Amino acid sequence: MEQAIMAENIRVLVAKPGLDGHDRGAKVVAAALRDAGMEVIYTGLRQTPEMIVEAAVQEDVDVVALSVLSGAHMTIFPRVMELLRERGVQHMLLTGGGIIPTSDAEELAEIGVGKLFGPGTSTRDIIAYIKEEVGHRRVADEI
Amino acid sequence: MKLLDRFFAGDRAALSRVITLLENDRARRSDILDRLYPRSGKARRIGITGPPGSGKSTLADRLTARLLQHGRTVGIIAVDPTSPFTGGALLGDRLRMQGSWDDPRVFMRSLADRNHTGGLSEATPHAMTALDAFGTDVIIVETVGVGQSTLDVSDVSDTTVVLLTPESGDSIQAMKAGLMEIADVLVVNKSDREGADRFASELKMIVDMGRWEEGWKPSVLSASARDDTGIDDLYERLGAHGDYLAGEGRLQARRLRQGRSAIEKALAELWQGRLTALRESGDAMDRLSERVARRELTPLAAAREMMEEAAD
Repeated sequence: MEQAIMAENIRVLVAKPGLDGHDRGAKVVAAALRDAGMEVIYTGLRQTPEMIVEAAVQEDVDVVALSVLSGAHMTIFPRVMELLRERGVQHMLLTGGGIIPTSDAEELAEIGVGKLFGPGTSTRDIIAYIKEEVGHRRVADEI
Repeated sequence: MKLLDRFFAGDRAALSRVITLLENDRARRSDILDRLYPRSGKARRIGITGPPGSGKSTLADRLTARLLQHGRTVGIIAVDPTSPFTGGALLGDRLRMQGSWDDPRVFMRSLADRNHTGGLSEATPHAMTALDAFGTDVIIVETVGVGQSTLDVSDVSDTTVVLLTPESGDSIQAMKAGLMEIADVLVVNKSDREGADRFASELKMIVDMGRWEEGWKPSVLSASARDDTGIDDLYERLGAHGDYLAGEGRLQARRLRQGRSAIEKALAELWQGRLTALRESGDAMDRLSERVARRELTPLAAAREMMEEAAD
């Protein structure tokens, strides 16, 4: 039943929630994922959790990647996770990056949030992580 | 609940999933389309095409806002190019459509063209069928940035809007041959820029010189999608074109022509599949290439032989 996961079929939503205008990190990651053969939907700045999840549903992505630099990660990630569950798309991998203390990342992992990457992370690590995770998260639908 | 039952119950996540399967899962694509196709054909389909950077996404966004004001539900398919080197794609049309896709009456999907030529992805017509069968009133399909000979959009649209900017002026001779011929409505976007008026009158001259279907000459409108001007004119012209199509079985004729072209594409796809299988099986290719190398057989004769085998 399980089909082979090819990189060019992996779809990732890259979004920048909140009000801070620093989107350089998000753009670098978006370009790196594209160059790794993924289809990247970039929604830009100032997205609310509701907008992010709506876009994720419409685009049927495998991964929702958020860049949070504002310090609001403990509200944004749980809220997005909650909305993903509400919409029945909790199979999507929620991951991201920013300045996030280890203890916060651990707490978020407990509610189902994936790995969060700090400044200076190699994009190669992010790509490897996404490929690995998507491989066993895809759901097979009965039509 | 099975996926298509959820789809027909109006579940948007199921619609989204269906589009993914139509894109990725060749084995089940035809089973899904068997169920959807009979329920499609009711939506008004509007194609938007034009060169890169001409403002297609922004125009689609503004047009969507008008359609919502008139109580319509809207589906948007936005196609962006796939890198031929990496297979990856950056799909950025949502950036320009912040005004509309967040509305529950709008469903927007970004598709990578996956190196399909023609300005749309191979799955685009199927995704449109899904939106149509889902009960969407108006489907807007936005092509990749195109020049000449990327004209697939006219095969899937009732009305094709060609978007140009004052900077398109130099290539106007080239466009006469391709893009211009598929236009039902021409829009000169970024009309606040220098030279826009002159460009619009040049376009009008070309339209006047051209030969068009009886009863409909493409109008040339000026707009600035960014500033939201000229969009009401466009909305009105789209309505007029809809009325024009409704008369004298014209829509029917257009859809017959499109059906023909869709069959031709499906036929080509089936052939391509068989030929690929044949080529990859190796036997015929190995055998025939030796004979071609020894000059016993022409390449054409060898190809003909392969085709006959593929047809069996």
